[in-house]
Amino acid sequence: MAEPAALSDLGALRAGLAVSLRGVTKVYDNGVAALGPFDLDVRKGEFVSLLGPSGCGKSTALRLIAGLSAPSSGSVSVARPVNAARPAAAGGAGQSIGFVFQEPTLMPWTSVRENVRLPLKLSHAPAQQAAVRVSAALTQVGLADFADAYPRELSGGMKMRVSLARALVTDPDILLMDEPFAALDEITRFRLNNDLLALWRNLRKTVIFVTHSVFESVYLSQRVIVMSARPGRIGAEFHIDAPEPRAEEFRTSADYAGYCRTVSSALAPAYQGQSVG
Amino acid sequence: MGSRPLLLLRILLPVVVLAAGIAAWELVVRLNDIPPYVLPAPSVVFQTLISDWPVLSQSLLTTLLTTLQGFLAAAIGGIVLALLFNQSKWLEYSLFPYAVILQVTPVIAIAPLLLIYLPQQTAVVACAWIVAFFPVLSNTTLGLNSVDRNLAGLFQLYGASPLQTLAYLKLPAALPYILGGLRIAGGLSLIGAVVAEIAAGSAGAGSGLAYRIAESGYRLNIPRMFAALLLLSAAGIVIYALLALTSHLVLRRWHESALGKDN
Repeated sequence: MAEPAALSDLGALRAGLAVSLRGVTKVYDNGVAALGPFDLDVRKGEFVSLLGPSGCGKSTALRLIAGLSAPSSGSVSVARPVNAARPAAAGGAGQSIGFVFQEPTLMPWTSVRENVRLPLKLSHAPAQQAAVRVSAALTQVGLADFADAYPRELSGGMKMRVSLARALVTDPDILLMDEPFAALDEITRFRLNNDLLALWRNLRKTVIFVTHSVFESVYLSQRVIVMSARPGRIGAEFHIDAPEPRAEEFRTSADYAGYCRTVSSALAPAYQGQSVG
Repeated sequence: MGSRPLLLLRILLPVVVLAAGIAAWELVVRLNDIPPYVLPAPSVVFQTLISDWPVLSQSLLTTLLTTLQGFLAAAIGGIVLALLFNQSKWLEYSLFPYAVILQVTPVIAIAPLLLIYLPQQTAVVACAWIVAFFPVLSNTTLGLNSVDRNLAGLFQLYGASPLQTLAYLKLPAALPYILGGLRIAGGLSLIGAVVAEIAAGSAGAGSGLAYRIAESGYRLNIPRMFAALLLLSAAGIVIYALLALTSHLVLRRWHESALGKDN
């Protein structure tokens, strides 16, 4: 096992930053260098996308930030939660981080309500308070009427909403999203993109969003970071200075097309040397 | 087309086959005048079942009790051992080979030894346990290792304690596998009980159905052999059906195995 480097190195974290990665590398046990060296600063309240081909280490970076795996070298710093009144979790950076996986990752054996309640249950939050927050989170994602449904009774998009509600239920400062909408059809995906933007505008969470879709990254983010593969490094970085709030008009605007073209051309080198398809 | 005619067909066809089989058997015995000590007709078997009911029901009860004890011991032992293995690789590496050895050694060969070292009733239950516990152990182990990796990551992210992870994640995720193991164990504990009873071969009011079969064989009471066999078979079917029903009721809301195909 790799020696876990400083996970929550708060001294290194400058004011205003939510996440800071310095010289982070990740080499897996089988010798594959997945990431780095990788530097990343994310401001509080910022929406950043990590964009790149499959296997470029985007997900690895996200798991490192979440503390789900330890970097082989370098430091990963995550800001402490701003809301001190939050019930103390059993340690770890968990309480200030919400994670949405590529798959909905729901427990099939229990209801939507219990799935969303899980993070609160694990931190022994008082039942009454938990119930209020669960229904608030479900309302936020528009699933208040489905609290008693089981995951298998929901569509793919609805499952993803449940997953999002579960990530929001602890009121985290940072939301990490690992290609959350990749498996959905385009219409559902666009709707969830809009809903996510609305949530972000209202809640002003820091969002780090991993995707392999140029269009999605440009539409959602304030900043797009294009990664190159094997090992994952930052290839290019773009600020998307489109006016807020963004909605469907932005998706069809010339500005949007221009951004997409620029980002796509920066992404092209990452695919070079890879077989087509 | 609806599924109702299909269901009816699935029930009706085996019943027709059974009826035809019994009728042919009865016919063969009657036409050839075969004496009951060679091959009793089905009607004679049923008569024996009714006339010998006091003896047979007592034996049935004995065998069922042994089976139940063996099954419970196997269920608890298998699940607890799998949980311990899941917590400690050291324990798993140390003990798992012996669980396999216990499983692959034919129980009929172990039974006489157990009967020497243990009180008879304990030895019989032990046999039922030996045969039945391995499927529970291996299935539970498989289930505990099949936990969704991302869900496990989620529990880690929210700082779940090992006990919370076990209660809220591992055990529910393993439940379909555990129930599958129990379903196999139910039938096997009956087999274990029967094997041990035959090996024990003791007389008296407390002896089970398998002993009745052996005893009737010595006395050339062939109709009673068949009647006892019928009861054993019925017991096996009921045990299986009960466990399958339990599994269905527990899993029906979420697991693929319990859902209709068109769902």
